[in-house]
Amino acid sequence: MSMNIADVLARADQHAPEWLEERRQIAREVWNTTSLPTRKTELWKYTNTLALNQTYIAPPRLPSDAQPSMEAVPVIDAIRLVFVNGHFCPEQSDSAFPDGLDCVLFSEANDQQATFITEQLGRALPEVGHPFIPLNQAAMDNGVLVSVAPQTCLDKPIQIIWLTAGVSAPFAVQPRVLLALGEHAQATVIEHFADAAAQASFTNAITELILSHGSSLDYYRLNFESGHALHVGGVHALLGRDAHLSSFCLGLGADMKRVDLVANLTESGAHAQLDGIYLPRGKEHIDYHTVLEHVAPYCTSTETFRGVIADQSRAVFNGRIHIHPHAQKTSAELSNKNLLTSNEAEVNTKPELEIYADDVKCAHGATVAQLNDTAVHYLMSRGISKAEAEVMLSFGFVNEVLESTRLASLREALRPLLAERFARDSALLRHLT
Amino acid sequence: MLTIDNLHARVEGKDILKGLSLSVSAGEVHAIMGPNGSGKSTLGHILAGNPNYEVTAGSIQFNGDDLLAMDTEQRARAGVFLAFQYPVEIPGVSNMEFLKASVDAIREHRGLDAFDAVTFMKRAREAAKVAGLDQSFLKRGVNEGFSGGEKKRNELLQMLLLEPQLGILDETDSGLDIDALQVVAEGVNSMRDASRSFVLVTHYQRLLNYIAPDYVHVLAGGRIVRSGDASLAAELESTGYGWLEGEVA
Repeated sequence: MSMNIADVLARADQHAPEWLEERRQIAREVWNTTSLPTRKTELWKYTNTLALNQTYIAPPRLPSDAQPSMEAVPVIDAIRLVFVNGHFCPEQSDSAFPDGLDCVLFSEANDQQATFITEQLGRALPEVGHPFIPLNQAAMDNGVLVSVAPQTCLDKPIQIIWLTAGVSAPFAVQPRVLLALGEHAQATVIEHFADAAAQASFTNAITELILSHGSSLDYYRLNFESGHALHVGGVHALLGRDAHLSSFCLGLGADMKRVDLVANLTESGAHAQLDGIYLPRGKEHIDYHTVLEHVAPYCTSTETFRGVIADQSRAVFNGRIHIHPHAQKTSAELSNKNLLTSNEAEVNTKPELEIYADDVKCAHGATVAQLNDTAVHYLMSRGISKAEAEVMLSFGFVNEVLESTRLASLREALRPLLAERFARDSALLRHLT
Repeated sequence: MLTIDNLHARVEGKDILKGLSLSVSAGEVHAIMGPNGSGKSTLGHILAGNPNYEVTAGSIQFNGDDLLAMDTEQRARAGVFLAFQYPVEIPGVSNMEFLKASVDAIREHRGLDAFDAVTFMKRAREAAKVAGLDQSFLKRGVNEGFSGGEKKRNELLQMLLLEPQLGILDETDSGLDIDALQVVAEGVNSMRDASRSFVLVTHYQRLLNYIAPDYVHVLAGGRIVRSGDASLAAELESTGYGWLEGEVA
C-alpha cells in the first residue's frame, strides 16, 4: 500500500487560483516522481513514514454549526486567523487589521497581492531535498499571505490557528503561509496546530518567513496535534541584512510529528535564534530537524532545544550548522539536551557542523540524561515527595527554555499546558501552575 | 530529641563513621568540630537521608522514632532540616515555587492549612530580609547562579520558613564572609528556643563566636573523641587538631 492523495490533488485542480497553476503543475511533476522517504533516507532515518501509507481525502468545509471548539487553544490578546481542515473560518477570525498589516487568502488576493505572492513564494525553500514540499505546492489550492509594511511595528501578535476536526475518513490538509516583513518591520506571529479528536489526518504545513533588511520577527510554532493527527511541516526563513528571527517551537503529542526548521542567513548582520521544546509520551514520536545556513559573513545564531521523553516515546533531534565559504566572522552556538524519564524512552540526537570558512566561532553540544538524583534528594530533604520532586525537575528542565520566550501572555498560557505533561495527578502540579 | 547510638556508616565502600554516639536534647546547640575527613559532613548527610550513604550499624532515634526507617521527605516533615554545604542549583524551578511546595508539604504533615499565596509571599519576603537576600532571589531559579554566600543565605531562608525542630548546619560557615556569617548566626539565634535544637558542623571556631554552643564535640576517625563546653572550641583554635593523632590511633 502506498500513500494515495489523488482526491486532495483533484480538489486543488478545481479550486486553486489560476495564477498558481504553473507552479502547481511543476510541483505535481516532481511529486509524481517522489517516493516517501524510508529508513534508508539519511534525513528520515529515525522517523518512519509508513503511517502515511493510506488514502487521504480532501476534507469538506464543515457547516457553521459543526465548527470545533476553540477551548484548547490558549486565549491571548492577538489578531486571530482560524482555519478548520484547511478552510478559512471568517466567523472565528478577526477581519479588521491595523495599518501596515495585510492578511489575505491567496484565493482573494488582488492583482498587486498576487504579483507579490508570485514573486516571493518559494524564495525561502530549498530547490530539492524535502519530499513533502512538492506535495504541499502541488496541492496548494489556497494559502495565506501575512505581510507587514516597512517600518511598521505591530503591537499585537498574530495568531494563526490550524485545527483539524469532524471528518471520519482519513484526510489531508496542506496549509501554506507566506509571511513577509518589510524593511525594519517588527512582528510576533504564532502558528498553532491542533486537532479536536485525534482523528486520522495528515497535515503537511509549509511556512515561509521573508525578513527584509532590519526587520525583526518573533515566530512561535506550536504543535499540539494528538493521536492519529500526523504532522509533517517545514518552516523556511530567509533573513536579509541585520534581520532578526527569534523562533520557538513546541512539540506535544501525536503518533508522528516531523518539523523541519531552516534559517537562511543570506546577508551580513542577520541573527537567528531557534529554540524549542518537545515532550513526547506514550508511544508518540516527535522529530525536529533544524538547519542554519550561514551564507553571509558577520551573522550570528543561537539554538537551544530541550526534550523530555517519557514512557515508550521517541524523539529525534538533528541540528545542522552549515557555514558557507564566505561566511567569515560567523558565531553559531547549538545546544540540545534531553531527559529520559523511562527506560523504554528513546532519543536520537545529532548536532552537525559543516564549516567551509576559517574565521568562525562555533560551539555545539548534545546530552542525554536522566533526572539528577542529587537534585531529587535536595527537594525531598525539604519535605517534597519524590513524585512531586520529579515533576518539578522535569518541568524546570524545559521551563528554562520557555522562560526565555518574549511573549509573556503566551508564556503564561503555555506554562500549565507543559506542566500537565509531566503528571496526570493534578496535586503534583499545584506548585507549578 | 535526637539519640545517635554507635553509628557506623560508609560511602562508596569506604567506612567513614565507626561508632559515633551523640545525644541532643530539646533546646540545645551542639557543635561538632574536627579535622578534614573525620566524617563531620557524613553525619549531616545520614541524618537527612542521603541515599549515597549506607548505615552499616547503630541506630538513630528522633523524638522516639527510628529515623533510619524514614524516607528523606518524611524526616523533613518530622522536623529535620539539613543546611547543605553545597546547595544544589535547580534552574527552571523558581525559588518561590520550591519554597511554597516545601512549606505546604510540611504544614500538611502537621495538620495545618496551606498558606494562601499572599500570606506566603509576605512570609517569604520577611524571611528573605532576615537572610539578607534581595526579593529578586525569590523569583530566580533555585540557587541558580547564586554566589557561595547567597546559597548559604538561601539555606537559612529555607530554614526560617520551614521552622524545623532540629537544624543541622553542615559547614555553613565555609566560604562565608564575615557579614554573611553574622547574618546566618543571627538567623540561627533568632530561631533558638526551648523546643528547637541545632547541630553545627564546622571546621573552625569562628562560627561559634556568634552562635554560643551548649556542647562542643570533637569528631576524629569516625567517632567522637572528646566532648566539652564552649571552652573546648577555643582550646582547639589554639592547639589545632594535631594532638588528636594519638587519640585516634
